[in-house]
Parts: sequence; structure tokens; C-alpha cells
Amino acid sequence: MAQMTTTYEKVSLRAKRRWQDRIDIPQVVVFMAAASMIAIVALLLLFIFWQGIQLFVKDGQSIGTIFDSTWNPLADTPEYGILPFILGTLVVTVGALAISTPLSVGLALFLSEVAPNWAKSIVQPALEIFVGIPSVVWGWLGITVLVPWLSDTFPKKIALTLPIVGQVFSMPGFLTGFSWLAGSLVLSIMVLPTITSVSYDAFRAVPQELRTGSLALGTTRWQTIRHLLIPAALSGVLTAVVLGMTRAAGEALAVQMVIGNSPTLPAAITQPVTTLTSQITLDMGNTVFGEPWQDALWTMSLVLLIISVTSVVLVRVINKRRLGA
Amino acid sequence: MLNGTRRFGALAIAAAMVVGACSSTATASPAATDAMAAATPSAADAMASTPAAAPTTNCVTGSITTAGSTALQPLIQDAATAYAAACPGATVTVNGGGSGTGLSQVAAGSVNIGASDVLAASKLQAADAAKLVDHVVCRQGWIVVTNPDVTGVTNLTTQQNIDIWTGKDTNWNQVGGPDLPIVLIFRPQSSGTRATFLKLVLGGAKEATGGQTLTEDSNGAVTTAVTKTNGAVSVIGFSYYNDPANKSLLNGLQLDGVDATIANVGNSSYKLSADGNLYTNGTASGLTAAFLDFMMGSQVQGTIIPKDSYGPVAAQ
Repeated sequence: MAQMTTTYEKVSLRAKRRWQDRIDIPQVVVFMAAASMIAIVALLLLFIFWQGIQLFVKDGQSIGTIFDSTWNPLADTPEYGILPFILGTLVVTVGALAISTPLSVGLALFLSEVAPNWAKSIVQPALEIFVGIPSVVWGWLGITVLVPWLSDTFPKKIALTLPIVGQVFSMPGFLTGFSWLAGSLVLSIMVLPTITSVSYDAFRAVPQELRTGSLALGTTRWQTIRHLLIPAALSGVLTAVVLGMTRAAGEALAVQMVIGNSPTLPAAITQPVTTLTSQITLDMGNTVFGEPWQDALWTMSLVLLIISVTSVVLVRVINKRRLGA
Repeated sequence: MLNGTRRFGALAIAAAMVVGACSSTATASPAATDAMAAATPSAADAMASTPAAAPTTNCVTGSITTAGSTALQPLIQDAATAYAAACPGATVTVNGGGSGTGLSQVAAGSVNIGASDVLAASKLQAADAAKLVDHVVCRQGWIVVTNPDVTGVTNLTTQQNIDIWTGKDTNWNQVGGPDLPIVLIFRPQSSGTRATFLKLVLGGAKEATGGQTLTEDSNGAVTTAVTKTNGAVSVIGFSYYNDPANKSLLNGLQLDGVDATIANVGNSSYKLSADGNLYTNGTASGLTAAFLDFMMGSQVQGTIIPKDSYGPVAAQ
């Protein structure tokens, strides 16, 4: 064996460490990552806010104009009322959520409470594939399959034989299939994976003891779901719906392909409408930076941003209440 | 959330696809990118150094970018491919984006050539428009098309068009067609096609809104919507109508009894037509000037323009 004596280096307790020791490099790296993300978001918010108010600051429109129902940038006195777009986004989104929420929550309950493992192993990858399908594919399916079906097969072969639905479809105006309904149907499929996966997490987060306790009291599985799981996971499910709403309101391409983009106030579910996102994509290439028309598009972006910020705040409030309870 | 990362991945892929779809590059040789750095300012030097070029083609090596009108994009793309084939070392990247994008980007100096269906003065501030130089490289025509179920209608007069597009006539039987409601399919208000139709045919009349009006983004989307919608009518560029894949699905109409043909655009008897404008920021030089000369030369004017259903502007 080697000599056992050890010589200690003479180190002063106040010795200066080398700079590499003083700076924690990994910490700096992760800090920079976080800081750059925050900086990007802040710059983006600032930029869109700045561009979004140009319509009022530079072009002299009053803030009230955005709640005006007439959109006519080509008129001698151009009108930039974006109410049709705001309402269009709202109704198409609400329609999509009305279709998608029961389906998604049911699917999440199935996955978390009912499904045997083999079924889970099919449904979960299927949902993940759903998420990965680009929106243009949904739009393309919408325009080639859904729209002709809504304008031809459904009203002529199916709807007219049904009591109330037949009345709706024989109304004047239901002709083209490009409609609020088509937009909501396409969107409902697109938000389904979002709502399903988030509510699935919420149901899984309910402690197992509560389930076993409930079943020990002699309840059926349905009673457990109805009286225990749904109330316990409600805030999580609400979060899922709000996230789905954000996704639906922000979707542009697929919706634009099937809703007809008619800038009028939404009157019937069978009529063409328009949304904030689809109008932005329609006009952005053909307008010039700095002209009032493009400033109005920026204002629409600002409205979209406000919608998404509001929903983020909403999610946080919902979750705070859940944690507080 | 379970699948946040996957979603972002999908977004990134979709974004990449979109970018890929909007931009295509005509490149003669793999070495073309190297040649970008060595762009020769003088056309004469370059001609001497590229003996492989056709005798009529003034070859300049380097790289330029165009953006703008989607109606003109097929022509510029084909011309760029032909130029790159004749001149190794020259790269012309052709982007769409719309007339407004083309004009604002060329005014800002971010592209070398901006393509537009409408005059710069109608889009840009006077100061910006004054800097741009217009090069009219072709005539382009648009045709009124309907879904094939609108039988018996082969011609619409200007007055009938006004009645239809302003919403006065709402059924095809008012203009000699079947008892079928009219569905109007517009381009966006900002589109060069819509502005041209509004000016030349409708005479600035107020277009219909609401109920039976749809708006579709591009010539391609309009074509799909017309073929899928009973009683639909719209306006598309000749190059899209004459595409064999579309022609059998559409019913093309005469305007005031004049056939929508390139010959009639050329002799000015067909009125729904306009100049195809390529704008440069100041006087063109180098590869930009050579490419614009090429666009006016016999290969483009005599062969490519008729093939893509545009009208030539230079005598052969």
C-alpha cells in the first residue's frame, strides 16, 4: 500500500474560488431558457398590443367601431366593424364545444373508469394520432366530404324524413353546406383530444380510496361516477373545456375552408359565417403593412389574444379554487 | 397535459409544410447556392463566363427572389425554371403571398421583384409607389364560371353580372337558367381578382353580402367550392380554368357574348383582363434586369405565356 500520509493543500477559508466555481453554469443555462421564453412572450404581447391599437391611434377610428356590425374596408368611408368576426368566432366555438364536450368527457370516463387495458391500449394511441393530424387535413376532409354531405345527402335523403330537423333544412338559406354547422363539426373533432386528455387526467387524479369507499357503500359504478367522480373532478373538466375553447377559437385553416367566410352577423346555424382567424388569413397577404385595413386585422389579432389570455386566467382561477378546496 | 409536446410537434410540421408549399426555387445546378455569393454585377462578364447558355438568353449568375400575386405565380415559376435551365448559376426563388405582399415587400426591399394584378398606386402610399418601376410582362384574363348544374346559361351580359353580383337576381331562372338559387363565391375584398372584376365588370356597384355569399381564399379554393356547390358562380384566372383537371368540372361563361380566350384578351374585345405587373424597387440591375429581359424575350412571350394561358405583350 501507498504511503498513508496525506498532504493537505493550504487553503484559506476566505480564498477566492475560480470563476467557474462561482457561477453555476447549469443554473445560468436554465435561467436563460426561462428568461428568453418570458421575453419572447412579453415582446409578442407588446407588439400585438401596439399594432392592435393603431386602428384607433393612427387611423382615428373610435374604439366603439369594433362593435359595429358593418365590415367594408373598400367603401369611400371605410368601415371596420369587427363584431361579425367576434360573434362568428364565439358561435362556432360554442357550437363545437356543445358537440365535443359530452363526447370527450364520456370518452375520458370510459378510459379512466370503464375500459379494460386492451381497449385503453387502442384508444389512447388513436387519440394521439388525432392530435397529430394537421388542421389542413381536417379542413380538406370538411370541404370534400362534410360540406357536400351537408348540402346534398343529409337534407335530401335524411333530414326531410325527420319531424323537426326536416323543417330546419327546408328553410331558405340552407343550400351550400358552407356553414356555422360545418365549422362547429370540424372544430369539435379537432378539440376532442384536448378535452379528453385533460379531463382524463382530472379523473385519474381523484384518489382511489374515494372510489373504493363509495363502492364499499354499495353504490353502482354509475352512481360513483355521477355523485363522486364528476363533482370531484369538475374543476379539471372545466379546465379541459376552457383549453378546448382556446384551441377552437384560435384555429384558422380548417374552419376557414368550411364556414364560407361571409362577413355578416350569424343568423342561423345553417348559414355561412366568418371568424376572426379566417378573416385574418384571407386578407393578410393582400393588404399592405401600415394601411388601416391591415391595422384592423391587427386589432382582430389583439381580440384573439385577449380571448386566449382571458381563458388562461380562467384556467388558473379554476385551478386555484380546486387547490384551495 | 398528456400530449402537449406532440401537439407542438404537429404544429411545427404543419408550419414547415406551409412554408414549403409557398416557396419553390428554380435551381439549375447544385452549385447555384455557391454562386449566390459571387453574383456578378455586370451582365457582360457573366455572359462570357457561361458559354452553355442559349444565345438569346442574357445570363447573370446569382440569386433573386420574387413574391406577390398568386394569379401570376404559375407564369413566373415556369419562367424561372426555364431561365435557370438556360443559365447555370442563376437562382430565381418564386413566392406567392398576394399582390399586397408583393408590393409591400418590394417597396421594403426584402424581395427583388414584386408581382401584382393591380397598380402599385392603388395599394401603397404615394411615396412608396413612386419608388417602384413597373414592368408589364403579360396580359391576364379572368372567366366567370358556374357549377355544371347551371345548364342553359352560356353567356352573361355586363348588366346580368351586375344584377347577379349585387344580389338583385337570386335565381338562375332570372337569367335563362334552371330554377336554382344563385350562390355567389367571392374572393376576399383585398384580392386583386375581386378588385379587377369589381372595376371592369361591376363598375364599382355594391356587391351582395350575407345569406348566399361565400368567400374563398385562392383560385384553387374557389374552384373547389364552385364544383362542390349547387348553383355556384365565381371568377377565376384563365390558367386555372384551362387546367384540364378543372375544365370538365366547371361551366365557363362568355361575357357580353365574347368568348373568354387569350386571343380576345389580346385584341381587347374581352374586357375582364388586366396587365400582369412586375415591380422593382428603382431601376432593375444585374440578375433582376436579366430575368425581366428574359420574361420579355421570345421563349417566355412566345411559348410559356400561351402555354400557361396568359396573353403576350411583346410582338414576336
